[in-house]
Amino acid sequence: MSAAWEVVIGLEIHAQLATKSKIFSGSPTAYGAEPNTQANLVDLGYPGVLPVLNKEVVRMATMFGLAIGATVARRSVFARKNYFYPDLPKGYQISQLELPIVEHGELFITDANGNEKRIGVTRAHLEEDAGKSIHEGLDASSGIDLNRAGTPLLEIVSEPDLRSAKEAVAYMKKIHTIVRYLGISDGNMQEGSFRCDANVSVRPMGQEELGTRAELKNLNSFRYIEKAINIEVERQIDLIEDGGKVVQETRLYDSDRDETRSMRSKEEANDYRYFPDPDLLPVEISEEFIEAVRATMPELPAAKEARFVDEYSLKGDDAGILTASRPLADYFEAVIAATDAPSQIAANWVIGDLAGALNRDGLDIEDVKISADELAGLVNRIHDNTISGKIAKQVFEAMWEGEGSADDVIEARGLKQITDSSAIEAVVDKVIADNPGQVAEYQAGKDKLIGFFVGKVMQETKGQANPGQVNQILKDKLQS
Amino acid sequence: MMDMHLQTMTELAAGLEKGDFSSVELTQTLLDRVAALDDRLNAFVTVTAAEALLAAARADAARAAGNVGALNGLPIIHKDIFCTRGVKTTCGSKMLNNFISPYDATVVEKLAAAGAVVLGKSNMDEFAMGSSNETSFFGPVRNPWDLECSPGGSSGGSSASVAARFAPAATGTDTGGSIRQPAALTGTVGIKPTYGRVSRYGMIAFASSLDQAGVITRSSEDAARVLGVMAGFDERDSTSIDHPVPDYLATIGDSIKGLRVGIVRQHFDAGLDEQTGARVKAAIAVIESLGATTVEVDLPNIDLSVPTYYVVAPAECSSNLSRFDGVRFGHRAENAEDLLDLYCRSRGEGFGDEVKRRIMTGAYVLSAGYYDAYYLKAQQVRQLIADDFKKAFADVDVIAGPTAPSPAFKLGDKVDDPIQMYLNDIYTIGANLAGLPAISVPCGFVNDMPVGLHLVGPHFGEEVLLRCGHQYQQQTEWHKACPEAFQ
Repeated sequence: MSAAWEVVIGLEIHAQLATKSKIFSGSPTAYGAEPNTQANLVDLGYPGVLPVLNKEVVRMATMFGLAIGATVARRSVFARKNYFYPDLPKGYQISQLELPIVEHGELFITDANGNEKRIGVTRAHLEEDAGKSIHEGLDASSGIDLNRAGTPLLEIVSEPDLRSAKEAVAYMKKIHTIVRYLGISDGNMQEGSFRCDANVSVRPMGQEELGTRAELKNLNSFRYIEKAINIEVERQIDLIEDGGKVVQETRLYDSDRDETRSMRSKEEANDYRYFPDPDLLPVEISEEFIEAVRATMPELPAAKEARFVDEYSLKGDDAGILTASRPLADYFEAVIAATDAPSQIAANWVIGDLAGALNRDGLDIEDVKISADELAGLVNRIHDNTISGKIAKQVFEAMWEGEGSADDVIEARGLKQITDSSAIEAVVDKVIADNPGQVAEYQAGKDKLIGFFVGKVMQETKGQANPGQVNQILKDKLQS
Repeated sequence: MMDMHLQTMTELAAGLEKGDFSSVELTQTLLDRVAALDDRLNAFVTVTAAEALLAAARADAARAAGNVGALNGLPIIHKDIFCTRGVKTTCGSKMLNNFISPYDATVVEKLAAAGAVVLGKSNMDEFAMGSSNETSFFGPVRNPWDLECSPGGSSGGSSASVAARFAPAATGTDTGGSIRQPAALTGTVGIKPTYGRVSRYGMIAFASSLDQAGVITRSSEDAARVLGVMAGFDERDSTSIDHPVPDYLATIGDSIKGLRVGIVRQHFDAGLDEQTGARVKAAIAVIESLGATTVEVDLPNIDLSVPTYYVVAPAECSSNLSRFDGVRFGHRAENAEDLLDLYCRSRGEGFGDEVKRRIMTGAYVLSAGYYDAYYLKAQQVRQLIADDFKKAFADVDVIAGPTAPSPAFKLGDKVDDPIQMYLNDIYTIGANLAGLPAISVPCGFVNDMPVGLHLVGPHFGEEVLLRCGHQYQQQTEWHKACPEAFQ
């Protein structure tokens, strides 16, 4: 990208709220049911039926508002967004326009220079999802699955504060973490529970006025968001530099071809004829309600990260990594609670081997095969020198495969570390005797050979000698 | 024994109670009348004879078992706007000519639970849009008092049925006068309760913020009896109000001495037929003779009610009727070329002219650039009108005036002039805009055609309207008159 251009991005994130039933009907919201088995007469928009607000969504939206330091509206209003589409049963979507439930929030991301950057959240409003049109396997006809119709969504609209695809992803990840921390969305992007539209424009660096934007629709993975935005930015810059003009339009990202394509231009855009929905009363929220919700708020990612740094003295990004998901942070803290070892050792194990094993087996932390207590048991054995860090990796794998606790594995496999100085000394003596040439070189000043001797000793002891002791004894004996 | 069909619900209830006749006998008698006479009126879209006789037998059995609901065994008719499970529910439209509802409206459920026997579904203006019943896909309903005349609308099938003694009561809905104006034009009683008093669940929406269900009967006492069953909070309708339902029958006999009756000057202006005005004034005089006093009240913005209504109601209807798209239910055009063609032709074929006119008006007033000037402005005026009423009710208990500007007009007379047609609701619309209860009570005849006295009450003032109507009917015989061809 040419340095002469500034990229301006605003995101509209749709987070599906984790309610048991739909926003305006009692139908279940579970994913993956047979088509149209989770749609009742209200979802189907039958003549005479009426929407009734699921109060749970109000609580969830309030939590979100509090989490991003926003104003939770004492009075918000549902409006109808009118347009015709087969997967929109009533011919209108119930949403919020002029008076959304959440306004004026903010959160902080880390920008490319490592600085904290504030991103404004203009608003978050409640709305119902539409159904789904199905074209595959239906020959010339189309099918409609209304299971998703009426699923509650929180649409979270950012200010155009994002300046790169990377920032957009960082922002979206923050929101993703927050909604999952709050337990108000499962954030499952594959199932469409968390997706976004990106408004993208470019302008000459230094120009005040915003460029004409294109809206990229329905981006549902962090990878695609980054790729789609970058491709779109490139397209816009090329276009302008070739003397063309960006038109305001809706575009679709095609991941197969890695390009964005026009869906409809502004001229073709619908006039949605919004007006307040007369079937629903305004949502009135009292101060008491907000305070009651506030009392139930969990510790949020930013606060938790700060506390981890403070309380556990974790290095680098570890606190951020551990707090990226609430179950992971909870797991880490459970390990900490069950060991006296330094927190950093526990952090290394959770971030390193545990995360690696989960990743390798495609598991979530909720499905972890070693409990926090068991991992603490392993960490304890490292800390009390029963085993070395290296042997511990072997023990960990055995535990992962279900061979029992750390102690069970150490006992069964005879992995207990040799800490008996005389036993180590005997091995050291043997190694010195077997390698007179290297001893001479070392004593002539080639310090680096210490690694060679350590390796030999560890080989002889099958890795079970305490490395610290090996080092010390070797140095002592070689010098004499 | 007086002929069953001539009796009011109250009289029929007593007859059933005494065992003078069974519900099956009563139901059969009325079904026979419908079969013999409805060709002249076209008041029914669907007659549910078999279901009715079954329900009547159940009611008789319940009575024998000592299990008597408030309306046990009493026949009623439902306006075809109420969804009735397993029965065609057309809303007077070709669009729903093939629609069998899979569920019952709350009103239908409540009346059935009270033991009422449903004879069928009554004809109406298409989607309740009309004041003459001429917009129905099933043809106009005729007025039993003069078959050349309209029975009013949109609940014209209900008003004609009750006037023709097909049933003592029929449900209706009222968005701008659709219960009260047909009641006035057929010499029946029609009450539209406070907005939120009766659940709208299962009532096919025309203009959601104005629609309210009510009932057409021949006496205020019967209206009280039926409304008491229909009313009440429904968790399935967010706009229904959780307010206790009084026992309307308990106070209906109380005196109206000291009642303060407001008279709105504008309601007796040039638009009112002189003779109709004279009957209404005479009726007010009767009420005064019972100890009420009259006070002139001012509703400075009431003249704006018709234009306000014709912005708000079409706006809501344009959205409410979007669901009729030929996709899931209702009329679907054949051999659609593509989606747009399916929409355009299904709706083009399924809706009649008046419905299309209102959808287009509504889409226009909500469109970008016009919303503020029309919809928003209309909502502001609506608030002013509501405030006017509120002020007026600080000084009076009811407001009295004519229900409609003239007696029933000839079918075909106004059908080509929407504005003239709309003006028929000039006195009734205000109550809808303000969400107030109102009743029309027969108060005489002009050239042998009935006219109605309109009483508007404050929010949840149904009790005083029913009491006032009942006390007036104790002094008058208008409601007992039966059209000659239907005696």
